[in-house]
Formats: sequence, structure tokens, C-alpha cells
Amino acid sequence: MPSQAQILPGMLDLLILKAVSLGPLHGYGVLLRIEQISQGALLIEQGALYPALFRLVRQGLLKASWGTSDNNRRAKFYELTSAGRKRLREEADGWNRLAAAIASALNTRAEEV
Amino acid sequence: MSFRSSLRSSLSSIFNPLRVENDTDEELRAHVENRADDLERSGLTRAEAERRARIEFGAHEKFREECREANGAHFLHALSQDFRFGLRMLRKSPGFTAVALLTIAIGIGANSAVFSVVNSVLLKPLHYPKPEDLVALHQVAPGAAGLADFENGLLLSPSMYFTYAEQNRTFESLGVWTTDISNVTGLAEPEQVRAVVVSDGVLQSLSVAPQLGRWLMATDQTPRGPQRVMLSYGYWQRRFGGDRGVVGRNIMVDSQSAEVVGVMPKGFRFVDTDFDLVEALQFDRTKLILAGFGFHGIARLKAGTTIAQANADVARMVPIWMNSWSNGPGTDPHVYEKWRITPMLRPLKQEVTGNMSEVLWVVMGTIGLVMLIACANVTNLLLVRVEARQQELAVRTALGAGWRRIVSGLLVESLMLGVMGGVLGVAVAHNGVRFLVAAGPANLPRLSEISVDGRTLGFTLLLSVVSSLLFGLIPALKYARPRTSLVLGSVGRTISTSRERHRARNVLVVAQVAMALVLLVSAGLMIRTFQALRTVDPGFADARHLQLMRIGIPDSLIHETQRVMRIQNDILDKLEAVPGVKSAAFGSEMPMEGFDSEWDTVFVEGKAYQKGEIPPLHFYKHMSPGFLATAGTRIISGRDFTWDDVYGLRPVVMVSENLAREGWGTPENAIGKRLKEDLGLPWREVIGVVQDVPERALQEKPPAIIYWPPMVENLFGGGPAQPTRVATFVVRSERAGTEGLLREMRQAVWSVNASLPLAAVRTMQEVYDKSMARTSFTLVMLGIAGAMALLLGLIGIYGVISYTVSQRQREIGIRLAVGAQREDVLQMVLSQGTKMALVGVAIGIGVALALARLMTGLLFGVTAHDPVTFAAVAALLVSVALLACYIPARRATRVDPMVALRYE
Repeated sequence: MPSQAQILPGMLDLLILKAVSLGPLHGYGVLLRIEQISQGALLIEQGALYPALFRLVRQGLLKASWGTSDNNRRAKFYELTSAGRKRLREEADGWNRLAAAIASALNTRAEEV
Repeated sequence: MSFRSSLRSSLSSIFNPLRVENDTDEELRAHVENRADDLERSGLTRAEAERRARIEFGAHEKFREECREANGAHFLHALSQDFRFGLRMLRKSPGFTAVALLTIAIGIGANSAVFSVVNSVLLKPLHYPKPEDLVALHQVAPGAAGLADFENGLLLSPSMYFTYAEQNRTFESLGVWTTDISNVTGLAEPEQVRAVVVSDGVLQSLSVAPQLGRWLMATDQTPRGPQRVMLSYGYWQRRFGGDRGVVGRNIMVDSQSAEVVGVMPKGFRFVDTDFDLVEALQFDRTKLILAGFGFHGIARLKAGTTIAQANADVARMVPIWMNSWSNGPGTDPHVYEKWRITPMLRPLKQEVTGNMSEVLWVVMGTIGLVMLIACANVTNLLLVRVEARQQELAVRTALGAGWRRIVSGLLVESLMLGVMGGVLGVAVAHNGVRFLVAAGPANLPRLSEISVDGRTLGFTLLLSVVSSLLFGLIPALKYARPRTSLVLGSVGRTISTSRERHRARNVLVVAQVAMALVLLVSAGLMIRTFQALRTVDPGFADARHLQLMRIGIPDSLIHETQRVMRIQNDILDKLEAVPGVKSAAFGSEMPMEGFDSEWDTVFVEGKAYQKGEIPPLHFYKHMSPGFLATAGTRIISGRDFTWDDVYGLRPVVMVSENLAREGWGTPENAIGKRLKEDLGLPWREVIGVVQDVPERALQEKPPAIIYWPPMVENLFGGGPAQPTRVATFVVRSERAGTEGLLREMRQAVWSVNASLPLAAVRTMQEVYDKSMARTSFTLVMLGIAGAMALLLGLIGIYGVISYTVSQRQREIGIRLAVGAQREDVLQMVLSQGTKMALVGVAIGIGVALALARLMTGLLFGVTAHDPVTFAAVAALLVSVALLACYIPARRATRVDPMVALRYE
């Protein structure tokens, strides 16, 4: 397993939105999906997930509905609302710009200055 | 973000918090089970998998809390939880709850009761349309010594009324009025009724439409024109059974036929006077002079006019008035310039509430202080409790409760205490108001309007909440963030307490002592005032055995002066024949009866007066022979009037001691000297000097008085004049005040003339008590406030000291073990309490010195900074503090070192 990194504050919301954008998920599913898409590099505190989920629902970015999971348990499924989709786009763009800027800054060599 | 979805989720969590809660639980449970499934699949047993899943998930409770917060259900949920928890905590310690509730309930109840009086008397508008435009035409005349008194200023003369009513630019309407007693005959028994006599403009100003008929107005004030009256609602119901046909009927008022033209509606009061009849003033313009300052002025300002503008308007009219009228040929109308007549119009409400507003605000202020002291006590109780719950709070914090939760929890508890106390307080207030109305002076203005109304209830609620915050915030903030390690680490150990932990409590006790001192000083000053008033020689003796009654003989019933005199003389003879009556006499009034008094100028023989100079005005009184002896007023020098003086129309007078000293040096010197009322009149000889009598009120300096016989020579025409048709008859008897005596007195009067009604039947003691009413009311109220403050302060000090002692048991044990004497321990504890008391007393004295000035107007014979009162109160407080410390101090000396140490 690759070494895990603590996520930055605010990033959890972005990751949840991304995870859910790939298809409706229940809470545990969100956790697994994030692990999966980050190749297990990001560590998410299990309990911390739910306050974030509820917050996003309250902000109208996610909507929740009860359904049945693969193993036949009742579970609450989250999916993206259109507002959520929009927010995901904006945040992803923002993050990409930031990451690119930081990466370019860090890759700078002395002779390039 | 979508507002609607957010609203929906908030609403659903507000209306169905339980469902949201269950959903959350189920979801979290599902998560843990899903995780366990995965772990089981990786080879663990089911039980092990579930255990691992739960551990991984972390502090379930904390996340639930966070979820709730994220859900928006947090606030209400927390509140209801805090509420239930608080209720449980309060139930768990009934002793604490009872003491705290009782303290709060009494504090809030007392405040609400006083507030309801303040509200009804001072704050509520008067029951007239647009009451803010109503003014009393108050004016002062600093140059008119004696005539213009402090309370009423210079009243208006009829000529002033005409000038003001006709020349003003700022009033919508303006009129003058006075009160009178009228005799109504021909209905049932002859009856004396309370009348208000009004000019045109008075009812128009008050603007309350009649229930029936019409107002009295200009057409009703034609001199010698037809008499017309209006009835009060009460009198209409009482005497006419509410008969609507009463309008147009004639009744006999003062032996003259008068037509009833209207009835005023229920609840209508005339400024602050209850009345039965409204009569019309009928001034004869052709005979008016400048003088005759005997009428109250009332006016309604034109919309948008300020009192200052109206004052300027009246000031403009004063010279016009002087130029338009005269006091008769040869007199100079500009003598009144020396009086410096200045209008000082007052809102009518101020006129109504009069000098009670000062008393009520002082009482409100003191009761407010009591509330602060009560809050300090409850804060102390709460501090002790919170301290005892430190561990519980620490555990809750460790389990993930945020400090906001802890603070809100503690505040909700205080709020519950406050609101429950407030509810109990309403019950206290309800009874308190009844007590106040009963204990309050009978002449308390607007007495009939006092009630616990919506505004009072609002005040109570506000007070409950504010005081809850007051006593709840300090402990909540102080202990909201307990030092977890410290507290958890010291479980079960009474660590020696640090100074810091006691500071809040000590400060509270010091504040309590200081406030108690302020209250006790004000109560003490009132006691001293009361004592001082008691020592004032009222000018009469043994008031309990003096029976008074007013008898008026109207001109229309008996015109001839000699006959009036004879009838009054006959009444005296009959009264003296009543069994048990020692003596009887009559005079224009007894001291402090409060009837309108007469004033006139006095010229002293041998003194030079400039032409046109008006000598000082003096108080005039008429009295029959024996009046002074009956009342118990001392004659300092000379002799009393005799019946020969009266019937012989001899030019004799008596004067008060201060007048004699002022005019002739000594009372003895005054005998045989002469004076007169006006330059053109004959001299009158002083035959006696009477002790000084405080005629108006015990607090006031006795005025200089000239006493006249009841019948004098008519100076403006031949024959005798009868100045005293309405007189107070005084009877000295052991039976004064008994129903039997009154019945026999009535029969005695009616055996002389069956048409004579009696009024103002009372003992002199009642008159005396009434004049003391304001002072005794203030005294009682401040006394109650002071006693409450003292008791609460005692409890406060006792509570803190005994708590400190219990906390310091171990330390005291060690001290004793290493050789401290029990006296040392006693002294140590006592000195702690004394120190707090002394600091409190010092601060309190400073505050009291500053505040006591506010009650100067209520004091008599004592300054606001009376050192005796201050010293006595300080000594009282310090000794009470010592007493409060003594019991816990004794307990401290009985600490067994072995037991105290073994506990640890």
C-alpha cells in the first residue's frame, strides 16, 4: 500500500463531489470510491465523512434517497444535483489551476530564473 | 446553493427532529456494518470484524453531534436536550432549586409589583384624547411671599382667565376650575357632594364627550343666569338609578334650582379628582379685579405647539392682564411686577402625579437594587453548584461536547430558573400590588388605575430573562472550559482552593454588602425623617380624641350673617351637650386638612410703607372662641377671643408667634399692638399670640398666621360680615371616631337645622396620618427593601464563608495538626468575612453618599449625608457579617485534624 496522505481542509468536499459524480453511492461506498480513485493514497476519517455529506445535502449540492445496497442492506444513496455538478466543475478547475501553478513553481530550476 | 432545498431540509429537521435523528443513526450503523462485511471477507470473525469496524469509525457520539450541526437540527435538539437535562439537574437538588426559586420569585415579584404601580401612575398616558397636548397652567411668583406655594404655584385669578382665554395664540382651549362642596337637597337626606366648578374651556380641553346630554359651556356662565350642572356617572347611578330622563330635570344645589344638562361617562376623572357634580363658574366681568388667585388653569395646546412656546405666549399676556384690570380706584396694577409672575406650564400628567413620582422612582430604584442583590445570591449558589459539577463538565468536554454546548446548557438551566421564578413572581406581584394599593397613601394619584397589565407581564418576562443571564453568565463563562487534565486528575480530591477560584464569589459578596448598605442608608434616612416629623409640634394635642366635621351654611339657605353666627353658636352648644364631649369649637380649618386657605396683606402700625407698596401676604384663619383650647393649641401670650368679642364686633385679632417676633420682637410685646389688612381700613388690636402651627404639612415651616374672630365688622358696608360660612367643627371627646358619637353629633346638628349636611367627618388622627402618608409609605417600602437586602446579604456572606470553610477543611486540619490554636482558626475565618464586609461597606458608603442626594426631597430634619445614619448602618452591616461568619467559623474550629487528613 502506498503511503497515505492527510487531505487538506476543504478537499474532502471536492473528493466527495467527484466520487458521487461517477454514480450514486451510499456513505460507505463514497469512502471506498475515494480510496479507489486515489489509489489508496488519501486517508479519510470514516466518521468525518458523514458531517461532510450532510453539509453538502444542506447546501443543495447533493441529494439523498433511501435505497438498497448490493448486499441487500437499506442504505442512503447520494447523487449530484445540477448545482453540485456546477460546483464540482468550478472546484476542479480551481484545483487544477492551483496544482499546476504549484507544480510549475516547484519544478523551477535555477537556470530558468 | 438552492435555497428551497436548504429550507426544506431545515424545516424537516425542525418539524421532525426525531426522524432526522433516526435516519442518521441508521445510516451510521449501515456504514459500520458495511465495513464489518468487508473486514469479515478479509478473513476475520464476524464479532472481531464488527469490533474493528466500530473502532475505525471513531467517536460515534461526536460525529452524531457534528452531523446534527450539519443538519441544522442542532439548535432545537440541543435546546430540548439542555432543557430536559436542566430539569433533571434542578429536580436532583431540590434544596438548591427551592432557595434559588424563592429568591428569584420574591425579587421579581417585588419588582413587578412596584413596576405595575410606576407603570399605572407614571407611565401610562392619562385617559383623555391626545393627553400629551393637555397642560396645567402652572405659574410661579417668587415675589409673592406666601401666596404662591411650592406645590400649586400661583393660581389664576378670574381676570387672568379672561385675558388668557381671549388673548392667547397657542391654546386650542383654556379654562379654570376649582373644587367645592355643594349641598344637594330634596332628593333623599340632605347630602354634601363633591363638586368641580368649571369655566368654559375646561371640559373642551379634556375633550371627553358626555355620556348623555352636553358639556357646560360659555352660555352657562352668565352671571346670575340659570344654574346648570352635569353629573358624574357614579352619582347618576347612585342617586338617579341611571335614569336617562335625568337630563332636563332640576335638582336643588345649595338651595338653588339647577338644571341637569349632561352626564359624564364612567371612569371619567377630573384631573385626579373624583367628583359628583360639575357646576359652572359665573364670573361677573364688570366686578372683576386683578386679584383672587384661586383657580387651577387647564388648557389644550394647539397641535404642534411646544410648552416653551406656550410659556412665552402666557408671559406675553401677563402685562396685558395688568393693564386690562385693576384692583380698584387708587391702586397701582403694576405692583404685581414685583411678584415676577412667570408661567411654568406643566404637562397635565405631571400635575396629576405630583410629588409621588419622586417617591415611586426611589422605591423602584431600591427594589431594583434588591433584585441585583438577589441575583448576586443566585449567582453564588450557581457558582458553588457548577464547581461541584466541574467533574461532570470535564467528562462531557472529554467526550466531545463543545464549549458552546456547555455554556448553552448552563444558560438554559439559569433561564429555566429565571422563568420559573418569574412565573412564581407574577403571583407574588399580584399580591404585592394589593399590598401596595392598601399600604400606599390614600392620595396616591390614579390609585384606581393600578393593576397588573400586559406591560407589567412583559416587564416581568424581560426581568426574568435579563436576571437569568445576569446570574447565569458568570458561572457559565467561568467554567465553560474547565482545565480537563486538572479536573480529571483531581477526581475525589479536594485540592486546596486557589485565590483565583474564590475571586468571583468574593466580589459578589462585596457588591452585595455595598448595595445592602445603600438600601439600608436610604431606609435609615427615612426612619430619621419619620422620627424628626414625629417630634414636630403639630399645633394640636391628642389627635385621636379630636372629632372633625365640615358644616357649610350656604348663602341661599340663610342669608343674614347674624343668623349664620347664631346657628353656628347653637350647633356648638348642642355638640357640647352630647355625652362625653369635653368641648366643641369651629374654625376655618384644622391644620393639614388641605382646604383652600385665605391670604391677605398685613400692615403693621408704626412701620413706614411706600405708596403703592404691597406688604407681605399672610395666612388668615377664622376661629370661634375655644377653638385653640379644644384643639390643644397653646396660647403663648395674651388671651383667646370671647363671645363678647365676636358679637360685639370688636376689632381684635390674634397672631402666630413667628409673626409677633417678626413685627414686635417678643410675643409679650405684640399684645396691644395694632395691624390692618389695607391702608384705608381701621386698626385691629392684637390680643393674643398663638404658638407656631405647621398648617400645610409637618415638613413645611409654620407660616405666619393671623387669627380672626368668626364674625367681623363688614368693612365695605355697614353691619357684620361672616367670612366663615364653611367651617370645620372640632369636638374633643374620648368617644371620637365611634359610630355612636357620630350619630349623636349628626342629630345635634340637625336639631338646629335639618337641611345642614355634614362632610369630611373624621378624627384629627386620620388627617395627621394622611399628611404623613407619603413619608410612611416611603418608609415602609424602603424598610422592606432594606430588610430584604440585609437578609440576602446575610445569606450571601454565610454561604460563601461556609463554603470556603468546607473547602479548606484539609488546610485547616493541617494547621491544627501543626499546632495552630482553635482561636487562630476562628479569627482567620472571621477576618476573611470581616474583610469582605469592610470593603463592601467602604464602597457602599461612597455610592450612598452619591445617591442619597436623589432623595433629598423626601427627607426632613436630616441631611442626605447624615453621619449618624451612615455610622449606624455600617456598624449594623459589619456586625451582621460577623454573625454570618461566626457559625461557619465555629464549625472550622471543630475540624478534627485526623479526620480531615484521612479523607484525602
